[in-house]
Amino acid sequence: MASGTQNLDELIGKEYEHGFVTELEADTVPPGLDEDVIRAISAKKGEPEFMLEWRLKAYRHWTTMREPAWAHVHYPPVDFQAISYYSAPKAKGEGPKSLDEVDPKLLETYNKLGIPLKEQEMLAGVAVDAVFDSVSVATTFKDKLGALGIIFCSFSEAVRNHPELVRKYLGSVVPYTDNFYASLNSAVFSDGSFVYVPKGVRCPMELSTYFRINAQNTGQFERTLIVADEGAYVSYLEGCTAPQRDENQLHAAVVELVALKDAQIKYSTVQNWYPGDEEGRGGIYNFVTKRGACRGENAKISWTQVETGSAITWKYPSVLLEGDNAVGEFYSVALTNNLQQADTGTKMIHIGRNTRSTIISKGISAGRGQNAYRGLVKVLKGAEDARNYTQCDSLLIGHRCGAHTFPYIEVKNPSAKVEHEATTSKISDDQLYYCMQRGISAEDAVSMIVNGFCKEVFKELPMEFAVEAQKLLGISLEGSVG
Amino acid sequence: MLSIRNLQASVDGKPILKGLSLEIGKGEVHAIMGPNGSGKSTLAHILAGRDGYQVTGGEVIYRGKDLLDMPTEERAREGVFLAFQYPVEIPGVSNIYLLKAALNAVRKHRGEGELDAMDFLKLVKERMKLVEMDEQFLYRPVNEGFSGGEKKRNEILQMAVLQPSLGILDETDSGLDIDALRVVANGVNALRGPERSLMVVTHYQRLLDYIVPDHVHVLAGGRIVKSGDRSLALELERRGYGWIEDELRATGS
Repeated sequence: MASGTQNLDELIGKEYEHGFVTELEADTVPPGLDEDVIRAISAKKGEPEFMLEWRLKAYRHWTTMREPAWAHVHYPPVDFQAISYYSAPKAKGEGPKSLDEVDPKLLETYNKLGIPLKEQEMLAGVAVDAVFDSVSVATTFKDKLGALGIIFCSFSEAVRNHPELVRKYLGSVVPYTDNFYASLNSAVFSDGSFVYVPKGVRCPMELSTYFRINAQNTGQFERTLIVADEGAYVSYLEGCTAPQRDENQLHAAVVELVALKDAQIKYSTVQNWYPGDEEGRGGIYNFVTKRGACRGENAKISWTQVETGSAITWKYPSVLLEGDNAVGEFYSVALTNNLQQADTGTKMIHIGRNTRSTIISKGISAGRGQNAYRGLVKVLKGAEDARNYTQCDSLLIGHRCGAHTFPYIEVKNPSAKVEHEATTSKISDDQLYYCMQRGISAEDAVSMIVNGFCKEVFKELPMEFAVEAQKLLGISLEGSVG
Repeated sequence: MLSIRNLQASVDGKPILKGLSLEIGKGEVHAIMGPNGSGKSTLAHILAGRDGYQVTGGEVIYRGKDLLDMPTEERAREGVFLAFQYPVEIPGVSNIYLLKAALNAVRKHRGEGELDAMDFLKLVKERMKLVEMDEQFLYRPVNEGFSGGEKKRNEILQMAVLQPSLGILDETDSGLDIDALRVVANGVNALRGPERSLMVVTHYQRLLDYIVPDHVHVLAGGRIVKSGDRSLALELERRGYGWIEDELRATGS
């Protein structure tokens, strides 16, 4: 490559496109965390007593816990007292009743991100529950869903309008004692999404949420709960982008999925939080707990994720296969560039008989990125004839990045079949030269090879998301070839 | 078409080409022969734009333009095609995808519109007949798991699809049995035409029984030391390369 040498580095170097700050008056709680702050959050949201009690129990438990240090990531300690735990765009009177009432600046922000709500309303069947700094500002298609008995609303609304459902399922998959960040989230979570699909109902559209962190120094603690009752089906899309920041921002979300007998939940994520600049300044710390429970026979939960953003990602979407014949799937593409670090993977816990799980993980490391796959496949004693297939592939671009694999397999039932395959490959100069000698630019060649590498995961994404994911990978890799 | 003048190049400071000159006219087929390590492959890769060579002198004019000044992909788009001696495997990327991306890059450069999927498929299927390739190869990852012969046929297929002005074949005959050699050579011959020049780099005259060159050059010690017609290739086969070196010493050049 006579001219191509500098390309890899130059190409990855494209600046984060979504780095801008929307000026909005934020209703922010001063930094720091104690029981009074939690009471204040709960009061601001007008929560029932049981919710406050649950938050306080979580907080008290959290104070006894230590931040985990086992992940293959490095970062300066987080000062949890320097974070503000609540921030909401100031509402004029009551909440907006339609998009017309939404702050035009907010809508503009979404437009810059390429998520025009108005268009999306008209577009084929995507209902958007937009979270802007912790509070839902617009929810669409509610009526259509309501007619089927589907509840799709902000978590706050669910707490107020459907306390019995929240009470029954909140913390039933990720208890408030689960881990350091999940406990913190349980204590201070601000908002998020709630979905309930009743018995036998197939949700006719993809449900979608776009998250965005905005106010400075505001940790975001989203809480999502999705319940699919017996025989129900729902596909949920989550996408994130965040504006440019100098200081690190903590994001500790919790997502709980409950699939009852014969129910199916498909949860897809495209994650593009601000990854920090080339020197690793700024960027989001993404410490997320995502877990689903297949709580009845034949239940199925699929996680599909494309992770290109965040300075640090710590995330293991998992499935508890409790019912007989339950199915768990995990399809993941995780990309780290510059100084990004990712420690991500999944846990498949086989409890019921004849349970099956599939794990396809594709890790891409470029620049000085560090990418670790960490996965647990656990087959309990009663899980007769459980099966797992794991495929774990790493792709390296350049020579300063790293890929690491930490598979854990625990089998307590001799009838289990567990397969693990792993490969590591590198985009070589020869491959790039070969493509360029055919007229394809280095940038397009990298994107072509990476997309080829990720094909098995992309085909699991809903159509519109797959296109976005491919675009995102292209942007995230620009400058990674040399 | 191509004019190489006094080209000097080195790798890691070691001179490989030491003043190589060569003229290739439109529609001509030139064979470059020579002993191991004489710089044949280096020449092919310098023309194609591979990294890692330092050009220390001379120039290469291709269709009136300074070839060495062009980025690799631009050379390809301008019609310089290298059939690799060792075609590279690209897992996960289907053969047809690479072909389509390449053809559309070239077409875009020429100011032609991109081909739609139907027209493209039609074109590829037609060109596959030239190298007797089965359609299933289109959907397999680029060169992955291909036999030596399949890889070389795939190179010629790419050339047939991209329709370059200058085709450089780098030891396309290496690793081929006689049947595969015939298929590949037939494919190449079908691509000969008044607008297309070929540079055929080879060790053995065997290939030249099938792809009959207009000119034969001997590359030794980083220079073209002898040029002639087809009979030179036959003489080389009979006598080896040693006599040329003797001859050079005798004339003191």
